[in-house]
Amino acid sequence: MASLIGSYSLILGFCCSLIIFFFSVRNFKSPKRFDYKILSFTFLQLFFVIVSFVGLIISFINSDFSNETVFNHSHTTKPLFYKISGTWGNHEGSLLLWLLVLTLFIFLFLIKSKKQPNNYRILTSMFQQIIIIGFFIFLIKTSNPFSYIFPIPNEGLGLNPILQDPALAIHPPILYLGYVGSSIIFSSALAATTLNFISKDWAKHIKVWVLISWIFLTLGILLGSIWAYYELGWGGFWFWDPVENVSLMPWLALTTLLHCILALEKRLILTSWVIILSIATFTLSMCGTFLVRSGILNSVHTFANDPERGLFILIFLFSLVFLSLFIFFFFHKNENNNNSFFWLSKESSILVNNWFMMYFLSVVLVGTIYPIFLEVITSEKISVGPPFYNKLIIPFLIPFLLSMAIGPKLKWIKSEIQNKMYLVLFLFISFFISFIIIKNLDINFLINSILLTSSFYLFFITLRDFFIKGYQNLSQNLAHFGFSLLILSILFNNIYSTEVITNLKVGQTFKSKSLIIDFQSIDKKNEKNFQAIIGKFKIKELDNETIILNPELRVYNQPNIITSEADIKTNLLKDRFITMNLVSNQDYFNIRYQDKPFMIWIWLSVLLISFAGLMSLLKKRYEN
Amino acid sequence: MKIKISPLIYTLIFLIIFFIFYKGLQNSNIYTPNLKIEENIPSFKAKIFNNDKFISEKIFQKDKFYLLNIWASWCVPCREEHSFLTKLNKEEKIKIIGLNYKDDKKNAKIFLKELSNPYDVILLDEDGTVAIEWGAYGVPESFLIYNNKIVKKIIGPINEELLTEIKILIQ
Repeated sequence: MASLIGSYSLILGFCCSLIIFFFSVRNFKSPKRFDYKILSFTFLQLFFVIVSFVGLIISFINSDFSNETVFNHSHTTKPLFYKISGTWGNHEGSLLLWLLVLTLFIFLFLIKSKKQPNNYRILTSMFQQIIIIGFFIFLIKTSNPFSYIFPIPNEGLGLNPILQDPALAIHPPILYLGYVGSSIIFSSALAATTLNFISKDWAKHIKVWVLISWIFLTLGILLGSIWAYYELGWGGFWFWDPVENVSLMPWLALTTLLHCILALEKRLILTSWVIILSIATFTLSMCGTFLVRSGILNSVHTFANDPERGLFILIFLFSLVFLSLFIFFFFHKNENNNNSFFWLSKESSILVNNWFMMYFLSVVLVGTIYPIFLEVITSEKISVGPPFYNKLIIPFLIPFLLSMAIGPKLKWIKSEIQNKMYLVLFLFISFFISFIIIKNLDINFLINSILLTSSFYLFFITLRDFFIKGYQNLSQNLAHFGFSLLILSILFNNIYSTEVITNLKVGQTFKSKSLIIDFQSIDKKNEKNFQAIIGKFKIKELDNETIILNPELRVYNQPNIITSEADIKTNLLKDRFITMNLVSNQDYFNIRYQDKPFMIWIWLSVLLISFAGLMSLLKKRYEN
Repeated sequence: MKIKISPLIYTLIFLIIFFIFYKGLQNSNIYTPNLKIEENIPSFKAKIFNNDKFISEKIFQKDKFYLLNIWASWCVPCREEHSFLTKLNKEEKIKIIGLNYKDDKKNAKIFLKELSNPYDVILLDEDGTVAIEWGAYGVPESFLIYNNKIVKKIIGPINEELLTEIKILIQ
């Protein structure tokens, strides 16, 4: 029943799109008055999509296996929480969520943009409806979440156990708010370009949307990363996996956009940058969807390999790209004044930031799609791993971090550096600290110490600004501070992490110079949807207290998959991370114990960065 | 009139990207994990279906072909493959060993009565742990064993093609 309502509701929502598009076109011809039918129908459309989405959730809760999506991704023994989160833990449901966010954002946009010119609002709504129509057709035609199966199966196939996790339950909605939120920036940038409405006012108005998307995208990536850290059992937080990359690319574009918008708001410069980045952010989000959903890349997000779906998104994606190209080239009038920047000014430093970001973006982009290109052209399979990214990105982080420290100190138009003394002094202090830290370690001295110096430099400079500048520019400073903290934590984490991999039987003990791992016992536990084998490990580090860790092996009943659950003890200084795995045909367990310093600071610093975004959002005005 | 060249170039670039992606879509990207060929059989312990005696990996003698078939009465594809197992049973060179996976004994007996019993020995795997030892993905699944080594792993039901392949292998 709920399925049926959802299904019809989806079609009604699609009809609303067509109606809105029609009204928009009519209204656009005589835009003196804003036609409120557009707003009403947008609301109605949102309502229908919500009904449809709730319908799917109810089908999941009731385990209505006559619905194909529910049958494929749910099971009666699953806890209620995962029945609900299973709604978007699959291709069809997650696209419905995508649609929900699309319609929600255009509705909010129309409400919040009352002060903007009518024709701009109408045109934005029109572009957004083009996207929405595309997704409606995609959903109804190739991935209908309400397909009916007969005869009705008694039991579903179950949700992939690695997706049965609290962090992953909220990861898609948050990430989608970021991904899809960028659609509004895309539509609005296209509308503004067409109408030649790119102005300081527009920048001020769109900045809010950029910030919202940016905050959610940051948080979404963070959640995914945390999940990968404790669930995939490798003890890392970023693997340069294609799926991670496709979320990083829109983030890089969006972060750059955020900085450009500030310049646009102040000085009406970098308009081409803003337009292209607005287009790029959403296009990259779509491109990400294409890459992971079409099955062209293999990952946990590849729910089903259906070439028809891939083809549809591909054609749709490139239609949007060509539409944007057309609008950009034929409507955008390049600004001719303002083009020359004084080398030492805020706008120059933003430009520097842009080029760095674009470089990082290109590296990630090349690393992600080059294997596809190569395979098509030479049918040779390669995989691009962390060394590629590390080699290409890390050296460039050094000047990037330094300019991040200096850039915000500069004034618009023309600036001179005052107080050169402390800037140099801090550089020396940072280098001194790094020198002491690196000196005793057996790693490459030069690159590590310079890298550490530049991150410490940013750290101290921003720290100083908290005291000197106080509330002035607080959100910017906080974000940069958070970034320095992030890089520092990652560096220390890399430098100081230690790992022990060994095979142990129950009752055996592993001893090394600094560590004793005592495998005390194993326990069995039956849960509703899985059986757990829980190991009890006593870990004793020299000059440290003894801790007990309990990693698990879970044998899920539906589908029948074994997962390994890490046990992690976290404190402010370090994480202790242990996983165990079954060694086939022996009584041995493969034990992997890791000591990961400053792990929690990686998460905290990203939280801090997004919090800074939130602060900027809540603050009425961006002060200089 | 000045001809704008850059839009054309960009359009061309994106068309090329489109083309590459389109081609890429047609390539198959389903990576099946590379199975280690000639893997040793795992050690395990299982009850025999009829008499509750325990048995270990020692039932697999050297120089003989065995097919370990994981099945269950509730598994629909197992029904389909059953006829092929019966055919294979007529071959003298191979012994078929069934592993009854997470099943109700009564149902399993009815299943065998109804469709005949192609197995030389049937092992019981009430909680699914033996199948895990073997690294099985699900039911049905079959392992062709020779000299205590897994020669071939068949995921999913056995069909006409696979049957001929097995027959060729054991010759």
